[in-house]
Amino acid sequence: MKQVLMGMNGDEAVAYAVKQVNPDVVAAYPITPQTIIVEQFSEYVADGLVDTEYVAVESEHSALSNCIGAAAAGARAFTASAANGLALMWEMTYIAASLRLPIVMAIANRALSGPINIHNDHSDSMGARDSGWIQVYCENSQEVYDACIEAWRMGEHPDVQLPVMVCLDGFTLSHTMENVHTLPDEEVQRFVGERAYMTVRGHRGEAELRLDPERPLTMGPLDLQDFYFEHKLQQVEAMRHALHAIPEVDAEYAKTSGRRYDLIHPYRMDDADVAIVGLGSTMGTVMHVVDELREEGVRAGLIKVRVFRPFPAEAIIEAVGDVPAVGILDKSASFGAPGGPLYEEMKTSFYDEGERPLIADYIYGLGGRDASPGLIRDIFQSLEGIRSKGEVAERVTFVGVRE
Amino acid sequence: MSEQKPGWRELSRGAIPYMSSEDYETGDWGVERPEIDRGRCTKCMLCHFYCPEGAIRVREDGYTEVDLRYCKGCGVCAAECPVKCIEMVRKT
Repeated sequence: MKQVLMGMNGDEAVAYAVKQVNPDVVAAYPITPQTIIVEQFSEYVADGLVDTEYVAVESEHSALSNCIGAAAAGARAFTASAANGLALMWEMTYIAASLRLPIVMAIANRALSGPINIHNDHSDSMGARDSGWIQVYCENSQEVYDACIEAWRMGEHPDVQLPVMVCLDGFTLSHTMENVHTLPDEEVQRFVGERAYMTVRGHRGEAELRLDPERPLTMGPLDLQDFYFEHKLQQVEAMRHALHAIPEVDAEYAKTSGRRYDLIHPYRMDDADVAIVGLGSTMGTVMHVVDELREEGVRAGLIKVRVFRPFPAEAIIEAVGDVPAVGILDKSASFGAPGGPLYEEMKTSFYDEGERPLIADYIYGLGGRDASPGLIRDIFQSLEGIRSKGEVAERVTFVGVRE
Repeated sequence: MSEQKPGWRELSRGAIPYMSSEDYETGDWGVERPEIDRGRCTKCMLCHFYCPEGAIRVREDGYTEVDLRYCKGCGVCAAECPVKCIEMVRKT
């Protein structure tokens, strides 16, 4: 199959993929660094290239509310946001997930105010990590494009039925032009197919989970002490299923695109002495540094965590194997917590393992502070020290900040 | 509810409630119920419009009637009635 190589930044890659998916509804409110996505998409609408109903709403809260209404009616719905926009959507993120609506949302990750900062870190989407959305973190625009096609199938998988966030680092990806291999429209259409609904027991017998006057349903009304807990357990179960469903979708997408994704992407881990685990675009820099260090005789490796929710603990434990020292890159601070979000998941995952590595957290890049190869080298050097001493002297280090 | 409630595997997914609002008879929540004195009622229907539960319907003959399956006994109808012909009576 012929794929066309296009020059696109991350935001344009989102818009182009979503154009090819041709969803029923897009409702969005602009916010840097996401704006290009909806700006570009609204041009597709204006040019008649998609059948989408485009709703220019008055806030992000309304954007997601609109998507919830559309998805509840049976539509495929898409939105995009970042930072304070995602924060304004907050209550609706939980509602979208609990109503089991497979909405897709692109997040051009940006630091949360205050003080105001438009640049990249993961404080926005990490804050939403408990909202019940699947979260995919992308390293480059190619991954962004592919994830924006795969996301529909992940969320709509019959065992899953959850909304999906595709996270791309603000500016680093959103505004940086890269080469992206794109599929023909008809291949994307074939891959996403029609939206799949789950069957529920409605008030008048079995029904597809969508609002239909012929088969009336009430979605998400008062559900007190005697039922709420059971509904939450269903969400827990759906996330558990997503751990199997996502690799299934990845495998099928690989057949279409030739690009094989997975929950995590380990690199040169087999004989590694020191390794870094992290998310997003920084992992490209880490890969470059790992190659350099290998040339110099340092046995370095990395694990890129592509899917953060559901957290692929088993896959990570297996990929870490007997690597003795592991550094975690966290691009958000969790104030008052023992460490960053990824660090906490890693420590929790390894607690019950007989063989476990020394784990240290490196919080970096807040508000878009550059994560240079030099910074990554320093982290590997710190890990070498941890490995030789056999202990973690400082559990959490803030790297790249002025004293 | 005295019947066996469904577990999480059995309960409908998608935040669909166990029963529809029609099937949940909330009338047993209240401690009082409204009693309408039709001798004084002027058929203004304000109680019908004010009832927050939609539990007061208008009959063919123009008088209103309380559906005790859903009336929670809040007393809004009695407070709003312009001729004070609705009295809240304690349920026994």
